[in-house]
Amino acid sequence: MQFHKYDVLIVGAGGAGMRAAIESGQRARTAVLTKIYPTRSHTGAAQGGMCAALSNVEEDNWEWHTFDTIKGGDYLVDQDAAEIMAKEAIDAVLDLERMGLPFNRTPEGKIDQRRFGGHTREHGTAPVRRACYAADRTGHMILQTLYQNCIKHGVEFFNEFYVLDVNMSTNEDGEEVCTGAVAYELATGEIHVFEAKSVVFATGGFGKVFKTTSNAHTLTGDGMGIVYRKGLPLEDMEFYQFHPTGLAGLGILISEAVRGEGGILRNVDGERFMERYAPTIKDLAPRDIVARSMALEVLEGRGCGSNKDYVLLDVTHLGEEVLESKLPDITAFSRTYLGVDPISEPVPVYPTAHYAMGGIPTNVDGEVLRDNETSVSGLYAAGECACVSVHGSNRLGTNSLLDINVFGRRAGIAAAEYAHSREHVEMPEEPAKLVQGMVDHLRTAHGGERVANIRTALQETMDANASVYRTEDTLKQALSDVQLLKERYGRIAVHDKGMRFNSDLLEAVELGFLLDLAEALVNSALARKESRGGHAREDYGARDDTNFMRHSMSYKQLPDAEDPDAPLGLTGFLADIRLDYKPVSVTRYQPMERKY
Amino acid sequence: MTATLSDNDNAVTDLPSDAPPVPEGATMVTVKIERFNPEVDEDLHWESYRVPAMPTDRVLNMLHYIKWYIDGTLTFRRSCAHGVCGSDAMRINGVNRLACKVLMKDMFAKSGETTLTVEPIKGLSVEKDLLVDMEPFFEAYKAIKPYLVTTGNDPSRERTQSVAERERFDDTTKCILCAACTTSCPVYWSEGSYFGPAAIVNAHRFIFDSRDEAAEERLDILNDIDGVWRCRTTFNCTDACPQGIQVTKAIQEVKRALMFRRR
Repeated sequence: MQFHKYDVLIVGAGGAGMRAAIESGQRARTAVLTKIYPTRSHTGAAQGGMCAALSNVEEDNWEWHTFDTIKGGDYLVDQDAAEIMAKEAIDAVLDLERMGLPFNRTPEGKIDQRRFGGHTREHGTAPVRRACYAADRTGHMILQTLYQNCIKHGVEFFNEFYVLDVNMSTNEDGEEVCTGAVAYELATGEIHVFEAKSVVFATGGFGKVFKTTSNAHTLTGDGMGIVYRKGLPLEDMEFYQFHPTGLAGLGILISEAVRGEGGILRNVDGERFMERYAPTIKDLAPRDIVARSMALEVLEGRGCGSNKDYVLLDVTHLGEEVLESKLPDITAFSRTYLGVDPISEPVPVYPTAHYAMGGIPTNVDGEVLRDNETSVSGLYAAGECACVSVHGSNRLGTNSLLDINVFGRRAGIAAAEYAHSREHVEMPEEPAKLVQGMVDHLRTAHGGERVANIRTALQETMDANASVYRTEDTLKQALSDVQLLKERYGRIAVHDKGMRFNSDLLEAVELGFLLDLAEALVNSALARKESRGGHAREDYGARDDTNFMRHSMSYKQLPDAEDPDAPLGLTGFLADIRLDYKPVSVTRYQPMERKY
Repeated sequence: MTATLSDNDNAVTDLPSDAPPVPEGATMVTVKIERFNPEVDEDLHWESYRVPAMPTDRVLNMLHYIKWYIDGTLTFRRSCAHGVCGSDAMRINGVNRLACKVLMKDMFAKSGETTLTVEPIKGLSVEKDLLVDMEPFFEAYKAIKPYLVTTGNDPSRERTQSVAERERFDDTTKCILCAACTTSCPVYWSEGSYFGPAAIVNAHRFIFDSRDEAAEERLDILNDIDGVWRCRTTFNCTDACPQGIQVTKAIQEVKRALMFRRR
C-alpha cells in the first residue's frame, strides 16, 4: 500500500475534472486521479456546441438562456443556479478561446454560433443562434484544450488509477469532514491512499445501465456509487435523458446540431412529424419532447425499416458542403457504422440513453450536500456526476459542456480555497479497509455467475422497462429484476486473478456501481407519479406541481459492516433505499405549461 | 480451457454454455491474438479463439466476446467504442486501426474461413496482451509544448481569427492521440527517441494557428536530431490515422516551415 498527501484531489479527468484542475492546480497542491487517460474521457464525444449568449451573430442575452434552461428542465431547475450558469457561460466560452480552443469563426473572425434544441429568443418565439462550436467536434476540442492547459500548468495526473472509496473523519469540532480517497492502480493492483483536505468528484455519468446508449464503456457511475455508499444522497435519479438521434440499433450519437443546421425527422410516410408535436420550433424542440414523439411514431406504426422500429433523420437537402464542413464526424459515423451516406439518403435513428440529469447534489460552489441543507466539508462534485440542479428534469443540448466548464471551474476554486483555510484532519484508522475488502473478495470469489451476463440482463431490463416511457408495471418489473441481479452479483467469479492490469476485476467492481445506480433510478421513478421532462409515465401523463415540483433525494441504507457482502455494497435486496424530497429553488419564473 | 482453438471446425459447442445464444446471421470466425501476461508468460505468443461475428460487429465486439465469455484475462483498452476516444489502437491484420472502427463485414474472407489477427501496436513496450506503455508517447507529445502560447494581456473578448486562418490548421486539430500513426512508423520502431508523427501533428496544430506565438520555439525543438528530419515519408502514418488526418503532409509542412522559417 502506498500513501500520498495533497491539498486537493480531483477524481476524473473529463471536462469538469480538468477545468477544476486548472483552477485548483494554480492555487493548491493538486492531484488528478483518473481511471482512463485524460484524453479518453467522454467529454470528447460531445459534438454540437456550448451555448452562451455572446450575441455574435444575432441578438441574444443570458436571461433568455436562463429562461430556456428552466423551461427546458420542466421547472425542476434550481433557478438561482441556472442564472449563474447562463451568466457565466459567456466568460466560460471566452476563457476556452483564450486557452486556445479552435472555434469555428464568423466572416468577421468572431466565434460562430448556431441553433440548438430548446434555445430560443424572447422566451420561446423562435430558435436563436447561441451554440458556439468547432465543427461537430466541440467536445473533442474542449477536452483537448483543457488537457493542453493542464500540461501547461503542470497539473499532476495519476492515470489509470480507479478511485473506489472516499474517506471521512470527524474533526476536533465534531464535524464530519472529507479527508481523502482510496485508489486501485490498474498497472500493479496496488492500493493507494491519498490524504487530502478536499476531494472533487468529476466522474461523469452511468449510461451503461442501459443497453442502447451513447455512453462509453467506462461510464459506470463510480463516483456517484462511492458517494451513495457513504450514506450520502443522490438527487433526481429518475431523470435520465434519451437523446433523440442515436444511430438505430447502435445508440451512437448523432448530434442535435444536425437539426440545428436544418436536418428534419421523418416517419415512414415521409412526414415531418415534429410539426404536430412542437408547431413553433419543430425539430428543434428539447430532447425529451423529440424522443417521446419519435417513440410514439414507432408505437403507432409509423416507424421505418422492416421492423418499423426507427425514424429517419433527413439531411439530404443540406448539401455536401454543409455536411463536410459543419457535420463531418457524424457524416462519417453514419457511413462507417450503418453504411448509410447522409448526403444521399436519410439516416435511421432512434432515442439512445445519453445523460443523467440527477447525481450527487451540490450547491453552486460544488459542495456536496449531505441532506437538503447542509454540505459535507471538503467534498465537492461537478459535471454529469453532480446535480446542481441546472438541468432539472431535462437538460438542453449544449448545456452539459457549459455545466462542466462553469461548475468545474467553481468547484476547483472552492476546493482549493477550502484547502487553504483548513489543516489536514487525520484519516480514519485503516483508510483502505473497504477497498481492500472489495478487491480481496472479488479476487477470491468462486461463484458461478458471470459479470457479463448480469450486466447484459441489467441493460436489457432497463431498456425494456425504464427508458423513454414508463409505467408502474414496467418499473416494478425493473426493480425486481435489478434486485435479483444484485443477489446474483453476490455470487460472481472473476476470471483474472492477477495483479497487473486486471481490467476483469475492475469490470466486476463497476457492475456493482451500475446495479446500485439502476436501483436508485428505478426506485425514484416508481415514486414519481407524474410526467415531467425526461420522466414520462404513461399511467400519470400530466405534470403534477402540487405534489412533485420537488427534487427526489435517494439515501442508501448502509450495510452492516459485519455482513460478508458489505465490501460489495450489498445489504440484502429489499427496502434498500430511503426516499426524501428537496424543494426547488424558484426565483423569477413561475411554472407554466411547457409548449414549443 | 475452452479458450484455444479446437480442430472441430464450425463447432459452436466451443463456446461456453452460459454465453449468449449465437445470433441469426452470425458467422464463426477465428480471432488470433498475440498474448502476453507478465505474471505468467516469458514471451509473447499467439492464441486463437472462435467467436460468432455479425457483419455489423466491430473488431472490438470480438475482443469483448472473448474477454466476457471465454477468457477474462484478455486485456486491452477501450472506452467510447465509436472512434473518438483513441483508446483501442491495435494492429489488425497487420495494419494499425482502432478496433472499434473496423467492421467485421470488411474483414470476412472472400472464400473459406475468416481469420483475424490482432497484435498490440509496435514500438511501445507491451504491458499485457494488447495494452502497451503509453507514457513515452505522451512524453513526446508534451515535449512540443502542445498549448497556445501568447504574450501580452488577454483581450477582453475572444481573439479574432479569420475563417481562412482557422482553416489553415483544421486538419491537425482532429488528432485523438491514439498513437496509431506513431506506432506505424518504421523510423519510430527502430529509434524510439524520434518524436514520431503524432507529436509533430500536434506541433503543426499550434505552429499554424494564427493566434500562437511560440512557433519558433516548437520549430527549434523539431529541428533536433530526433525531430522532423527523421521522417522518411513512408506514408504509413497517413494510412493509419483513423481521423483521416494528412499526417505526412503535416510533417512536410513543418519541414518546409523549418527550411524557410516562414509559415
